[in-house]
Amino acid sequence: MIKARVTVTLKNGVLDPQGKAIEGALGSLGFDGVGHVRQGKVFDLELQTADKAKAEAELKDMCEKLLANTVIENYTIALA
Amino acid sequence: MKSAVVQLPGLNRDRDMIAALTKIGGKAPVTVWQTETEIPAGVDLIVIPGGFSYGDYLRCGAIAARMPVMQAIKSKAEAGVKVLGVCNGFQILLEAGMLPGALMRNASLKFVCKEIRLEVTNAETDFTRAYEKGQILRCPVAHHDGNFFADAETAERIEGNGQVVFRYAEGTNPNGSLNDVAGVINERGNVLGMMPHPENLIEAAHGGSDGRGLFASALDVIAA
Repeated sequence: MIKARVTVTLKNGVLDPQGKAIEGALGSLGFDGVGHVRQGKVFDLELQTADKAKAEAELKDMCEKLLANTVIENYTIALA
Repeated sequence: MKSAVVQLPGLNRDRDMIAALTKIGGKAPVTVWQTETEIPAGVDLIVIPGGFSYGDYLRCGAIAARMPVMQAIKSKAEAGVKVLGVCNGFQILLEAGMLPGALMRNASLKFVCKEIRLEVTNAETDFTRAYEKGQILRCPVAHHDGNFFADAETAERIEGNGQVVFRYAEGTNPNGSLNDVAGVINERGNVLGMMPHPENLIEAAHGGSDGRGLFASALDVIAA
């Protein structure tokens, strides 16, 4: 079994109103000097295979087909 | 003209859409469930209504866009059948890759439910013939993720091609949409997605009928 983590983030240049709101909230909690907060999503998955290359190829396919909207989002894949 | 309304778990505007199509087209649409792999023969207009398919999990419309019925809709669209997506239906069409761009969380981060002014920016489509270019319509909106985004190149292309069919009239953009975009059509001109709800402004009981023209155009029943 392979454990993987997929991280999906907004592309540069895509406005992130949620990130902006979080940035504002951090400021109001007294965390000074925090800028450019961007929020995203993390997916932890378990794949029933021992073949790392196959797992990576499948994860890439999953990202392209469902986990990320590549119009606005980037993704990274990390195998444990 | 035969129409069909798509039903998926979590969509809740299907009955409004069925009522609008029935009242304006004079004939009830057929309904198509998400697991169906074929659209009934003879359907010339497929409508994906609004709501919250699959609870808006992952991204609005993302899961619905991967359901079997969407393959059937895609192949009908490729054959020239008209497809209209309203609100969540628009989000689903974008997630299915049938329209350019993406819809993001409203800039205000709030759900907006109100009436806006809608400008018809292209009155030469199969969905907007009953209107005139530049006409301002009243139309309700109700959504949390209607903030249209496209990269610079795509935005320029759809503007140049006249694919932006509806824009929020000046000062009424409720969600931060790029260039006030409220509705987009595909290059071929047979797939339209829009955030506002024309089906909710079709008769006196709604307080107005500005939305009628869209269905009259799409159903080809424009009064002479």
